[in-house]
Amino acid sequence: MNGNEKIRKATTHISQNEVLIFERSSAGKKAYMLPPLDVPDVDPAKLLGELAREDLGHMPEVSEIEIIRHYTRLSTWNYAVDHGMYPLGSCTMKYNARVNETVARLPGLAEAHPYQPERISQGALLIMKLLSEQLLEITGMDAITLQPAAGAHGELTGILMVRACLESRGNPRKKILIPDSAHGTNPATAAMVGYSVENLKSNAAGMVDIPSLEAQVNEDVAALMLTNPNTLGVFEREIHKIAEILHRKGALLYMDGANMNALVGKVRPGDFGADVMHLNLHKTFSTPHGGGGPGSGPVACKKILDPFLPAPVIVTKADGTLGFEYNRPQSIGRVRMFYGNFGMHVRALAYIMANGPDGLRQTTEDAVLNANYVRKGLEDAYELPYKTPTMHEVVFSDRRQTAKGIKTGDIAKRLIDYGFHPYTVSFPLVVPGALMIEPTESESKASLDLFIEAMKDIAEEVEQNPEIILEAPHNTRISRLDETTAARKPILRWKPQS
Amino acid sequence: MRYLPKSDSERQVMLCEIGAKSTDDLFATIPAEYRLKGDLNIPRAYAESEIVQFFRQRATESAQGYATFLGAGAYSHYRPVTIDALVSRGEFFTAYTPYQPEIAQGTLQAIFEFQTMICELTGMDVANASMYDGSTGAAEALMMAARITGRHKSVIATSVHPEYREVITTYARYQGMPVSTVGYLKNGRVDLEALDKAIDNETAGVLIQSPNFFGTIEDVTAVGDIVHKKGALLIVSIAEAVSLGIVKPPAAADIVSMEAQSFGVPLGYGGPYCGVIATREKFVRQIPGRLVGETRDRNGKRGFVLTLSTREQHIRREKATSNICTNQALVALMCGIFMTVYGREGLKELARHNLAKADYALCEFKRSGAKVLFEGAPRFNEFVIQTRTDPYTINDKLLGEKIIGGFPLKKFYPELANASLWCCTETTSKASIDAAAKEVAL
Amino acid sequence: MAYPADYKYTKEHEWLKVEGNTGTIGITDHAQESLGDIVFVELPKVGTEIIAGKTFGTVESVKAVSDLFAPVTGTVTEINEALNTAPEQVNKDAHAAWMIKVELKDPSEANQLLSVGDYEKFVAEEGGH
Repeated sequence: MNGNEKIRKATTHISQNEVLIFERSSAGKKAYMLPPLDVPDVDPAKLLGELAREDLGHMPEVSEIEIIRHYTRLSTWNYAVDHGMYPLGSCTMKYNARVNETVARLPGLAEAHPYQPERISQGALLIMKLLSEQLLEITGMDAITLQPAAGAHGELTGILMVRACLESRGNPRKKILIPDSAHGTNPATAAMVGYSVENLKSNAAGMVDIPSLEAQVNEDVAALMLTNPNTLGVFEREIHKIAEILHRKGALLYMDGANMNALVGKVRPGDFGADVMHLNLHKTFSTPHGGGGPGSGPVACKKILDPFLPAPVIVTKADGTLGFEYNRPQSIGRVRMFYGNFGMHVRALAYIMANGPDGLRQTTEDAVLNANYVRKGLEDAYELPYKTPTMHEVVFSDRRQTAKGIKTGDIAKRLIDYGFHPYTVSFPLVVPGALMIEPTESESKASLDLFIEAMKDIAEEVEQNPEIILEAPHNTRISRLDETTAARKPILRWKPQS
Repeated sequence: MRYLPKSDSERQVMLCEIGAKSTDDLFATIPAEYRLKGDLNIPRAYAESEIVQFFRQRATESAQGYATFLGAGAYSHYRPVTIDALVSRGEFFTAYTPYQPEIAQGTLQAIFEFQTMICELTGMDVANASMYDGSTGAAEALMMAARITGRHKSVIATSVHPEYREVITTYARYQGMPVSTVGYLKNGRVDLEALDKAIDNETAGVLIQSPNFFGTIEDVTAVGDIVHKKGALLIVSIAEAVSLGIVKPPAAADIVSMEAQSFGVPLGYGGPYCGVIATREKFVRQIPGRLVGETRDRNGKRGFVLTLSTREQHIRREKATSNICTNQALVALMCGIFMTVYGREGLKELARHNLAKADYALCEFKRSGAKVLFEGAPRFNEFVIQTRTDPYTINDKLLGEKIIGGFPLKKFYPELANASLWCCTETTSKASIDAAAKEVAL
Repeated sequence: MAYPADYKYTKEHEWLKVEGNTGTIGITDHAQESLGDIVFVELPKVGTEIIAGKTFGTVESVKAVSDLFAPVTGTVTEINEALNTAPEQVNKDAHAAWMIKVELKDPSEANQLLSVGDYEKFVAEEGGH
């Protein structure tokens, strides 16, 4: 018995098998045709000499129908937001509106060359300008760059700006404070900017411990990198005091905006003391995650950091047209070629337009409501290590289940059988065996009820039938994979069988 | 709000269940003085039809319907319609990073195939799942060389894309990585003598681009000999990926840093694009970013997983090979589909069309009286001309004919006055080349 | 698995075996047990100087990395190349799968390390958390 009779959200169905594309290849098959050359043909050997390439190795040779079937079959092996709830904590897997995709593909935008003259790029520039202005209003900041390509790239940009600012004051300082609940990108970023990392302990409520902070902030501290709400889904109530402690000692407050979905339209980081922050357009502003990217990580800051923003910045010129300003002597320089992931800027602006002020506020309220509803529904079945009020995500621990030999990773695998994507497993590190759940605003009451029911059923299975969990998932195309051998003897590409 | 799946009465039921009186209760933890009292000052909500109308208007203000001779790191190639048909499947674009392999085999297998095709084309042993773009990828490749060699200096050719060089300068500033440059010769290639002098026993990596920013194909073997003699690593950046269809891969490279935008990625005013780093097997543990590997499940069935993750920030934190997390997965998927559509023969033919168009344009421009710079070394689909008239003036005239002319080089290379960089791809028509040839004659 | 009586131990779970001027270093069975399946061992080059209490390499499982701490000061004379291709040996027999051999700067330094009895007690206490 595999326990499937209890599962309401999903049923198994046939999925198509599919080999690697190289295994479909056969010499002479084609999926392309080029138009006839309207200029004289050339002899590559004559133009390129020894550098002319004859052979493209094992590149595939297949027909168009095979390509459509290949990728369509592969796609059906993925779980996606379009299938249902995707409660990965800290990832904000919300609905990706289709109109965003439509407008991002309009030829005038999708085919615009980054070096085409500014006067025939006014439409693209206006999109970037409007998005910039609206993100500034949402964050309560003074200046912004859209150049960074992702959240971690935004962190790098922001911390480089912090360093440049402190250097201009005469001392770049030595270290960055990072709470133990932070994302791994924070310490990795600090290291890339030449700072050492000092850990900051959380208090019993899961917040920054103010006395420790006071003790640790000194002339060597450049900044504190703080996620707010933090990765426990807890709002740092004393954020203003935190900012004050830092500012008093000449240090800056960097806010990781990964969790902005809890704040938009309700409270603005610029109002509570953050000096610089990044936004993840692929989280809060609904640009699709795409199986891992692309993202976009704009960085917004207060006036004091404006001179250090990456160049170029968008300006309105004397004749009223929009353009780029490159002459920024104190700028940290470029962090990416061209102007950032423009396609994501288009989508994020379309999202903000679809919502308006009321919609953005309602979105935040629903995201927080959903997380609290899940918390209420599961607090009897799973241990809640921090009782502090929950914002947009809630973190449980597997302590009760561990007693039966079941860990958070096992529960996650069983959740797959129930038709859900798992929550974030084993993060944040401050909670041993963490189950980090972020439902987002995109879930209806009915889907949350199904999720709660599934999680409770699993908690019961832990007591009655732990084996079924240890061997999960049962209903997927493949069972648990051997990650140990994958890492010991890496096979990172296909090779023909000789 | 049309994206929110709840009625007010359902919200009430849920609040009641939680034991909250109102929504305000849920935000009580935020001190009242910071909570917004009124609306954000942004425009009202728009209907879907209004949104489409707004962006259509913006699109018409953005060079819609122009022929272009711009390349310079972003290339206008035809995109087979299968690409958007397939990447528009929600199963691909609304999925997260494949951390749960049992329900992410689609993304994982597609990336594994992408890695394989990049290896086939570059001649490298391993390729990662993507970087943000070619510029940040090049910076990360230099940092990778520093980790491998235990040395700290970098040398970069000035014929590498100027914006790549700017990004590298930003990345290198606080990593204790001094960056020096070497110039180019009359034939557009790296000055080998200067390169030899620039490398010392503290040089970790040397970065060149081929075809370089002027469109000239470098003698990678000769550069490799000099670099390796001094114990440094050679990093070759490839900004025009289609060149790999007809130009031999850089066999002397230790690391290849590619921008794969040419493989079916829209120009999109500069992004998102698709960087990728490929290298020798022995350097795999120093590669930044995600890697997909093949393995077996409990029943012996083939499957794919993210692997060697201990290099990455979520595990190694401040000691990670990079801070990169989100990459360009969906764009890599576009590239994978593009490479599959053209395949082993098509990429060659496509590259030959590019070569032919650029060669035709070069001959026509020369015939009109423009001076071709950097003669004496092979090119792919870009070349530099010098005109009597300022290229901006020439371009203004061409704009009237709905043609965007070549990229004026003065901005990045003050020594190359009145020089401009022209790119022809398979999409460039003979008619627009002939029209442009008339103007460059001025 | 029993801890060899002639080894010395650290609180970071390395073991040291001293023979004359040569020290052989590995990680304990307890360490491999808590790491899980070991997939990679990163070791210093021969000739590197390692310093007591400082890291000299790392050991990796699929989802964790652990620093290796030098029990004593000395110069690396040999590394166990077999671990490059077969890191699983550490899981199979941690006390036989040595990692590096060093020429000891001061053989008496070893006296400051834990004896087998003290280490077993330490592990028992740590496990009781």
